[in-house]
Amino acid sequence: MQTATQTHQGVITGPAQLAFRNFNFYYGEFLALKNINFEMEKQKVTAFIGPSGCGKSTLLRTINRMYDLYPNQRAEGEILLNNQNLLDPKVDVTSLRARVGMVFQKPTPFPMSIFDNIAFGVGLHEKLSRADMEERVHWALVKAALWPEVKDKLNQSGMSLSGGQQQRLCIARGIAVKPEVVLLDEPTSALDPISTSRIEELVIELKNDFTIVIVTHNMQQAARISDYTAYMYLGELIEYGVTDELFLRPKKKETEDYITGRFG
Amino acid sequence: MNTEAIDMNSRQADTAPPIRKPVSQVGAKVFGGISMLFAVLALMLLAGIILALTVESWPSIKAFGPGFIFSSEWNPPAERFGALIPIYGTIVSSIIALVIAVPVSFGIALFLTELSPLWLRRPLGTAVELLAAVPSIVFGMWGLLVFAPIFGEYIQPALAATLGQLPFIGVLFSGPTMGIGLLCAGIILAVMIIPYIASVMRDVFEVTPAMLKESGYGLGCTTWEVMWRIVLPYTKNGVVGGIMLGLGRALGETMAVTFVIGNTNFLSTASLFAPGNSITSALANEFAEAERGLHTSALMELGLILFVITLIVLILSKLLLLRLSANEGR
Repeated sequence: MQTATQTHQGVITGPAQLAFRNFNFYYGEFLALKNINFEMEKQKVTAFIGPSGCGKSTLLRTINRMYDLYPNQRAEGEILLNNQNLLDPKVDVTSLRARVGMVFQKPTPFPMSIFDNIAFGVGLHEKLSRADMEERVHWALVKAALWPEVKDKLNQSGMSLSGGQQQRLCIARGIAVKPEVVLLDEPTSALDPISTSRIEELVIELKNDFTIVIVTHNMQQAARISDYTAYMYLGELIEYGVTDELFLRPKKKETEDYITGRFG
Repeated sequence: MNTEAIDMNSRQADTAPPIRKPVSQVGAKVFGGISMLFAVLALMLLAGIILALTVESWPSIKAFGPGFIFSSEWNPPAERFGALIPIYGTIVSSIIALVIAVPVSFGIALFLTELSPLWLRRPLGTAVELLAAVPSIVFGMWGLLVFAPIFGEYIQPALAATLGQLPFIGVLFSGPTMGIGLLCAGIILAVMIIPYIASVMRDVFEVTPAMLKESGYGLGCTTWEVMWRIVLPYTKNGVVGGIMLGLGRALGETMAVTFVIGNTNFLSTASLFAPGNSITSALANEFAEAERGLHTSALMELGLILFVITLIVLILSKLLLLRLSANEGR
């Protein structure tokens, strides 16, 4: 069990935005994540890869404490966001989620207009004048590369957009709150190839402003867009490293087996 | 279309085992015909009921004209009939029932889907559904013998001392406190329709995608914000449908209302404490003793009016839904 004690220190070269320290996660009695220790660099893209059920989504969902919604799910250890432990019971989950945005496997536009879809989240945390709110919505839609397509129909329902547009709307909604970290949970798994490549370009753009953590079952996607990659298996972080190195010269046999398709 | 099917057959003949032979269309036609017959039967039944009600109430319509709706006089010996009091009673008691039942049902559904611990969910849900299985006459007896005395003794004086002191709405909560009356009927109706509205709301809240709720929570919403701003708009069709189901029941409920509404055709005050009458209780009380002629005809017209009220409510709910969709942008 060498991997269990592996700390994956010294992988990142810049400042750390997020760090897991001796982190364990339980579904009831079941230990789903085992002693996770690593750091994610500020304004980079970090990808979690691994076979189904390896815990990569579970790990992602701890960063905004989404598991709080469900009884029987609990975490141990520390997750440091800018050196503040966000597992501390004193941390206010609502404001934590303003600092850590999330986008899901499928587009989830709210049943309201395109404008309100974005203004809604902003309004939860900030009281903006109408003009400021319009400017913020514009900013988020431009950032999410959706503005040209929706600028004439901001009053239409968010549900009237195509799947790819809906997902970019969800990204716009997430970044409109100006979070520090954006979590993407297999954001392209329900999209066609063209929409997928637009989202991938967008993710690379977004790292200029945000720290991105992305879960993907698509290894090519991880190789294309991430700076660092974490390979997980059965709840353990097997290997963590610079994406190019991890894919070209994996240090662990398990990682190599997975990325060469011999397993998984 | 037919030639294509034959083509497919011959092409596959040498490679694959023969696929199904073209089936005779007779069975499909017969089945289609029968199912259409059933559907049309419902429509014809409806038309028949409207026709019968109209024909039967024609003497009364001819005798009183539209004045029937606006007259509050109900005098069988003198053969002068007006439906204002029962219409007022039906509408007011149903509105009271909705005003009480909708928020309570929303609370029940919200608790059952979002807040309740798992072990409590099933027993509570079943209890709410069981309320719907209580026969309405039991609610009526309970209302008359148990609830109304308590209501008149303690709750009505308290209401009169608080809400009754407010300007404008104060008049609604004034006057003698004797338990039975419009307000009492409305409350009993509320208890009766809560299980319907609550279980429809719970069902539609439950089928809301977890990911949609998580998206709300992920933005930093509280449970209330997720329910009120996201889940409720998302499920508005089902929620309005559930409310209409409850309202339909409230408008048509007879037995329980008859026990507690007071059954009087005199109404001189706006107070909700006052006894009144509803269309259904007027029918239940008088139909058996009504003489053939204008009295029966007037009762039939009451039935027709109830039918029209239900229709109007249905149309209003459709308009409401259209309006709500327009608000969210489409």
